[in-house]
Amino acid sequence: MDFAFLDQLWLARIPLLKGLGVSISISFLSIAVGTVLGVFVGLALTYGYRPLQWVVRGYTDFIRGTPVLVLVLASYYVLSTVGIDLGPFQAGILALAVFCSSHVGELVRGALQSIPKGQTEAAKAIGLTFPQTFAYVLGPQALRQALPAWVNTAAEMVKASTLLSIIGVAELLLRTQELISRTFMSLEFYFFAGFLYFVINYGIERFGRFVERKTAVPS
Amino acid sequence: MTYSLNFAAVWRSFDLLLEGLALSLGLAVVAILAGCVLGLITAFGLVSKSVLLRKPAGLYVTVIRNTPILVLILFTYFALPELGVRLGKIESFVLTLAVYSGAYLAEVFRGGLIAVPPGQREAGLAIGLTEMQIRTSIIIPLMLRNVLPSLGSTMISLFKDTSLAAAIAVPELTFEARKINVETFRVIETWIVASCLYVATCSLLAALMRGVERRLAVPR
Repeated sequence: MDFAFLDQLWLARIPLLKGLGVSISISFLSIAVGTVLGVFVGLALTYGYRPLQWVVRGYTDFIRGTPVLVLVLASYYVLSTVGIDLGPFQAGILALAVFCSSHVGELVRGALQSIPKGQTEAAKAIGLTFPQTFAYVLGPQALRQALPAWVNTAAEMVKASTLLSIIGVAELLLRTQELISRTFMSLEFYFFAGFLYFVINYGIERFGRFVERKTAVPS
Repeated sequence: MTYSLNFAAVWRSFDLLLEGLALSLGLAVVAILAGCVLGLITAFGLVSKSVLLRKPAGLYVTVIRNTPILVLILFTYFALPELGVRLGKIESFVLTLAVYSGAYLAEVFRGGLIAVPPGQREAGLAIGLTEMQIRTSIIIPLMLRNVLPSLGSTMISLFKDTSLAAAIAVPELTFEARKINVETFRVIETWIVASCLYVATCSLLAALMRGVERRLAVPR
């Protein structure tokens, strides 16, 4: 890297920061929506009636078997074909949230199923209703189980946010590509973008380890 | 909504999709095999007592795992030529996926290596095997059995990552689907068929891995 790159970097600081902002909002929105959806998916997978369970299982298996890029492209092009014009940003977030929900759903299911049956029975024995059992007994234990893996999923979502560049959302990677087509400094700018993503994800990863330590059952 | 499904146009170019799928699978197989070798070497580095091996291996895994694969793909294809490394689209993608999968597989293998009881290595030493023989004939086979479930899911997610090759115009399944889209405007149908092909392949891979797991399970 020489000073020419630093000059260009300084000139491009506003679009890059805007791109970074878009990347962060994409990640944040898709994680938030995906988590809420995913909790319902996980509940349905664990406690739903049989037919509901089959439907939701079909949904998660289908989503998990499809590449995220295909989800993103399908969401953008299919929705606009049937007349729902969401624009690339919203369509992309929808795709990422759906992807996130299938992962969170599996996390929640795994966490709920790992709680020993005795816990539910004990709750029943002292006369708790199911919502109460969930709020006081199952939920908190499941949360502790699922939290570290959920933080990992969050890092996955930040990485997946780059895919929205392909449908034209002006997030960090697309801004980087635009800069490269003007400056021809592909090595430097891709390196720089990669570095930014690394910093964000490494931060999330460290945070995940911290959460894991804090919430570990003392032994 | 006055859209009626009509798959005829997609069926006419179905062989294109199948060719794409074949290329996707080919890319995945080559990249994952290379990634397994890379991952295995890295995993031994990660569990090594020497800091000189452990630190670089750890750095490789951390950097690759925390960088989006799309950035890596674009970097390899568009930025490496500036350093004088000029690769074709397919070679460039396979290289990227191999390096990327190596980092994930290294973590998988590391977990498996730790789970091999130290007594196995000591037993090998006792019957006079060299360090290398112990690794190839005792530790690696035991480790592989430990990691089969997570190896399977890692491979499936790497297969799905081949869809990103479309970003540098490698004619794999996603790229072909986009092409058919543009030519026929049968958007919904194309994506339904392409997704189904991916889902079917992933389920098949999962079933295959379950079969291997059953065959190799430790008898109880």
